[in-house]
Amino acid sequence: MRRICGFVLALVVGSAQAAVTDVTLDNGMRVIVQEDHRAPVMVSQVWYRAGSMDEFNGTTGVAHVLEHMMFKGTKTVPPGEFSKKIAAAGGRENAFTSRDYTAYFQQMQKDRLELSMQLEADRMANLVISDELFAKEIQVVMEERRLRTDDQPQSVVYERLMANAYQTHPYRRPIIGWMDDLQNMTAQDARDWYARWYAPNNATLVVAGDVKSDEVVAMAKKYFGVLPAHMPPVRKQQDEPAQLGSKRIVVKAPAQLPYLMMAWHAPTVKDWQQDTTPYALQILVGVLSGNDSARLQKSLVKTQQIAVDASAGYDPVSRGPGMFMIDATPAPGKTVAGLEKAIRSEIGRLQREGISDAELARVKAQVIAADVYQRDSLFYQAMQLGEYATAGLPPEALARRVDKLRAVTAAQVQAAAQQYLQDDQLSVAELEPQALKPQPRRAAVSGVRHVN
Amino acid sequence: MSIKRFVWAVLLSLPLSAQAAITIQNWQTPQGARVYFVESHELPILDISVDFPGGSARDPAGKSGLAQLTHGLLDQGAGGLSDTEIAHRLADVGAVMGGAFDRDRAGVTLRTLSSAAEKTAALDLLVRVLQKPAFPQAVIKREKQRLISSIREAEADPGTVAGKAFYRALYGTHPYAHDESGDPAAIGKFGRADLQAFYRTHYSASNAVIALMGDISRAEAEAIAVRLAAGLPTAARLAELPQAVPAPVSDARIAHASTQSHVLVGAVGMARTDPDFFPLFVGNYVLGGGGFDSRLMKEVRDKRGYAYSAYSYFIPMQVAGPFQLGLQTKLEQTDDALKVARDTVRLFIAEGPSEAELTQAKSNLTGGFPLRIDSNRKILDYLSVIGFYNLPLDYLDTWVSKVNAVDVAAVKQAFARRLDADKLVTVVVGAEGAR
Repeated sequence: MRRICGFVLALVVGSAQAAVTDVTLDNGMRVIVQEDHRAPVMVSQVWYRAGSMDEFNGTTGVAHVLEHMMFKGTKTVPPGEFSKKIAAAGGRENAFTSRDYTAYFQQMQKDRLELSMQLEADRMANLVISDELFAKEIQVVMEERRLRTDDQPQSVVYERLMANAYQTHPYRRPIIGWMDDLQNMTAQDARDWYARWYAPNNATLVVAGDVKSDEVVAMAKKYFGVLPAHMPPVRKQQDEPAQLGSKRIVVKAPAQLPYLMMAWHAPTVKDWQQDTTPYALQILVGVLSGNDSARLQKSLVKTQQIAVDASAGYDPVSRGPGMFMIDATPAPGKTVAGLEKAIRSEIGRLQREGISDAELARVKAQVIAADVYQRDSLFYQAMQLGEYATAGLPPEALARRVDKLRAVTAAQVQAAAQQYLQDDQLSVAELEPQALKPQPRRAAVSGVRHVN
Repeated sequence: MSIKRFVWAVLLSLPLSAQAAITIQNWQTPQGARVYFVESHELPILDISVDFPGGSARDPAGKSGLAQLTHGLLDQGAGGLSDTEIAHRLADVGAVMGGAFDRDRAGVTLRTLSSAAEKTAALDLLVRVLQKPAFPQAVIKREKQRLISSIREAEADPGTVAGKAFYRALYGTHPYAHDESGDPAAIGKFGRADLQAFYRTHYSASNAVIALMGDISRAEAEAIAVRLAAGLPTAARLAELPQAVPAPVSDARIAHASTQSHVLVGAVGMARTDPDFFPLFVGNYVLGGGGFDSRLMKEVRDKRGYAYSAYSYFIPMQVAGPFQLGLQTKLEQTDDALKVARDTVRLFIAEGPSEAELTQAKSNLTGGFPLRIDSNRKILDYLSVIGFYNLPLDYLDTWVSKVNAVDVAAVKQAFARRLDADKLVTVVVGAEGAR
């Protein structure tokens, strides 16, 4: 039998004292197990390091389309059977595609892990993509795009802003793909994608719950360990060229209220032991947004009443580059321009005066509490392990995250604001609302049924 | 083939359920608040929810939105503290105060670390918010504007537009007809006295359901419950909502500048305490509640690629809530998709599920039961539902056996009693005029 090469880490996750097992099988598949014995359940997730950032122009959205096709049958499991078997065992299952990865999960009673592993290992190697089922499913994906993007004005703003804020990096493309690419996609595009990226050595299994780590690893060896590795193509570095001055777009879409979104290029965690800026930027997000006590809410929404909503966001963990974002909806009678000015004024104040000790302590208190609260969700714990692994960060980086955040100083937050929230690094998108009632068409076209 | 066979062998050998029993403790405070408590020391967390029958169905006539606004104002200044001071104090101890609001219920939730300093500070804030909301004039003005803006912003979303029209068509003059968020024209006219009056009559101890979950003892839970209830208004327990009557058949087409039509089809369904709850709930798994196991998903999505999402469910409420079927599809195939959905419902009402379908439904629901109670948060939600809707204390203990007791005949009879395929309400948003 194959032996487990690799290593086992036992480390302290936050204050949870929960050991994380992290091993790599002979064929290169990584297995991460987090034991949590509060309830007799488990979640099992298979993460493939292949997301929309690995796509090429002309086939955007194929990572997500393949996610859909993964439920459409293998050489031995007919279409629909995967979901049916998981459901019969009381399971909940789904999948999600991001810019960085595609992941599949099952939540079940603890003793049903084997079923999940059998089925996942099978579709890792034996997927069948028929032209007929592809033709149906691509229609479903186009409906998903209409539902989640095309008819949601703020989603359109986000999509168009990303397409402008990044000039060359693949993060400029929407995960779901451009509609034109979906319309032109073929079953062969999906087969090529599967052949390229779906291999044990490009995957991580994360299991969390009422399980025994050694038993999970042994089972993973039995089902995934026998699958042959094959090398995915070399991924070339694709650094975004430096932005040379601010960018600005207007998006016209049916809506009632205007909306503003601002995005600055920002770093992400690469060397988790040495990096300080991504942690400072996380504290900065907490100072600006996240609850009623934060600055954007207090200043823009409550005091100046120039916005009805305002928030900041920043994801420090990703394979590619980061963005620090602020979005806001102006209050009635207020303009987007005025709102943007007010946001810039808040940023200017941060850069000049920094943050107070009370603000810093407050954000840290929330970080520490949130770290305890997240232990109430098995799924979230597994998600974080998978995201870190996919981004190339070890479980220690997750375990030490709170310590790194606690070590952030007010001076570091101010310096990060000064360095990264600069106009030359900024892209702005404004939603200019268009009529919600469709314009009447000529009498000859009395209804949409006649379009085709 | 060997893989497949083995899969079923594994399945058959599974023990039926491994759920851990949950002991719910229940009592009343001297003020009449009903308390539900589960003690659990595995995590250093305390979760509390306090619910009142102060949802939008309780909006006074002509004052649609008053319940929502009152609920939203509770933590925006209370007990001598400003909105910002409350937010700062919560954040200082890492506590999270939240709210839940629907047609039936208005609730406040608190999640805090169970360590003494944090818990004490967080509870102090919850007491102030529940018992001494200040409803400051300036804040009312601001929050009215924000509520109206959020209603306007949501008008761009065809799903929201469809949902509102669906409840209007379903409930006519019943209080469930109007939207949870309210009517912007009415909201603009609310004054401080309106909010205070609504608060006094709805947020009383006798109307309160207090749920506590987590890292405290029974003695402490009792003390907290008394403290929470003691300073609440003393108004009498509210009467039940009026019964909902079946809706007349209707078919509304609402123009909207969208690429898809949002289709909703339904009827007045069942109350939370309905004796047919389990046959309808389990049966609906087969019709449209069971994801890829469901007929609607198979017919609308798998076979035809008409929609990303196609579903049905009963929303059990204090009095009969809706039965709702929904899908979204590109404009030009709206009528085709609608026909498939209606045909699917018609066939299901007429014939019920097959034995195999029902077995699959029951396997999923019973086998998945442990997932329903695998976190403090989920258990807290059950406590508040059990309390608010007066469900039996053994609700969770008997859940699996009640699902198992459902048979094909029971589903068929229950659906026939509730749904008439010729008398469904239909709402389509986006169908006419666009593009």
